[in-house]
Amino acid sequence: MKDFVYLKDVVTIELNEQKCNGCGICVKVCPHEVFEILGGKALITNRDRCMECGACQMNCEKMAISVKSGVGCAAGIIEGFFDGTEPSCGCSGNQASCC
Amino acid sequence: MIINHLQTGEHNIPVVPTRLEIKDFLGAIKVRWGIGRNNYKVNPGLYAVGSPDDRSNVFVTANYKLSFDHLRKNIDGLNAWILVLDTKGVNVWCAAGKGTFGTKELVERIRLTGLDKIVSHRKLIVPQLGATGISAYKVKELTSNIPSGPAIASYSVQPDINSLNPETSHININRGFNVVYGPVRASDIKEFINNGYKATKEMRRVAFNFSDRIKLVPVDFVSARYKLIAAFALIFIISGLTRSGIDFRLAYNTGLIAIANIFLAYITGIVITPIFLPYIPVKMFAFKGLIFGFILSSLLFYFGKLGNNYFEILSWFLIISGISSFMAMNFTGASTYTSLSGVKKEMKIAVPVQISFAVIGLILLVIGKLL
Repeated sequence: MKDFVYLKDVVTIELNEQKCNGCGICVKVCPHEVFEILGGKALITNRDRCMECGACQMNCEKMAISVKSGVGCAAGIIEGFFDGTEPSCGCSGNQASCC
Repeated sequence: MIINHLQTGEHNIPVVPTRLEIKDFLGAIKVRWGIGRNNYKVNPGLYAVGSPDDRSNVFVTANYKLSFDHLRKNIDGLNAWILVLDTKGVNVWCAAGKGTFGTKELVERIRLTGLDKIVSHRKLIVPQLGATGISAYKVKELTSNIPSGPAIASYSVQPDINSLNPETSHININRGFNVVYGPVRASDIKEFINNGYKATKEMRRVAFNFSDRIKLVPVDFVSARYKLIAAFALIFIISGLTRSGIDFRLAYNTGLIAIANIFLAYITGIVITPIFLPYIPVKMFAFKGLIFGFILSSLLFYFGKLGNNYFEILSWFLIISGISSFMAMNFTGASTYTSLSGVKKEMKIAVPVQISFAVIGLILLVIGKLL
């Protein structure tokens, strides 16, 4: 599968190996194979492939993973900039205008 | 769409077909072009496919009709339940990112549909991309308040209580629901199940190949149409600019070419760049768009479409590249591999450049007209 890599050294993902119990759920839910289980613990082996979706953080029962996830589109960032908020699609509530 | 109803206990579950109809295909095309996209929904709740019973699998999806249709067509031949979450008509991955395809909604929907009384197992098959919004271990905790014991879930015959084996019928003391993450693509569901609910590495990876990209182009193309028309109007007026005001005949004679230039710049950013995305050896989308904008400008210059004097020609290079860069940058929102941190970094660099190009370009264009 041809892999797309975006910018290098920008993502905010952090893994606390001491909290990790090697359950492997992060490997299962990651869409870009960022993690591997080696020696009974998770390791970040493809950091620059991370898109900060947050699935790993969401499913880590030991809370060993932290990442700043959020709306990652240019239009959303512009919208948030004008609103003085975090990036948002402006599609709150019932409106689903962008995606 | 609903072909039947399945009666179970006090519930009446709609049965849906697994073969899509013409109107489903037409609906898909329409929403890809942004038509009626805010309202392409199905009611949240429980649906049946085939003739499921208390042991049949439960597949979870969003109430965006495109997601629903995509799932049901890929479980053709299975007897299963579909649990549709209320994501306000948004697809699984985006809704998961926003939190609407989330733990709370899943738990609530289980409660509202009485799913624990309809199935005797406790397995939910959730699309992998839903993991952004679903916390599997929390779902298990939050649905564990269901008392242990056999589920009386047979529909025509009550089981003979005396014949139930007390050893096996209470195996799951903790009756919370277990989320099993299915493959990324619904087309892999059957193989996933045949593999004993195990996914291969390929099933868990998201790609962004040509057919993925091209499906996303129409909606982005259409969504900025008002800004595009405003740009047409502006450039038309400027085209008629002379030292003694606006000459509409001049505007008509040169303005149509100007509008065409703007339109081509727009297409270069939002259609051409996405199509050729992996082949341009720079990472930033804005930079990819800039390069293609430059190529377009060069072509238009070669064919004499950029005007007569150097101010106009230079202004067009800037305006066209700026528009193309901006529209290409917007494609990050549709992409499957850009991170928020990366897009922020890209924008910090690209947006000032795009604004400068637009402003300087317009100034030069006006100067060129007034000379």
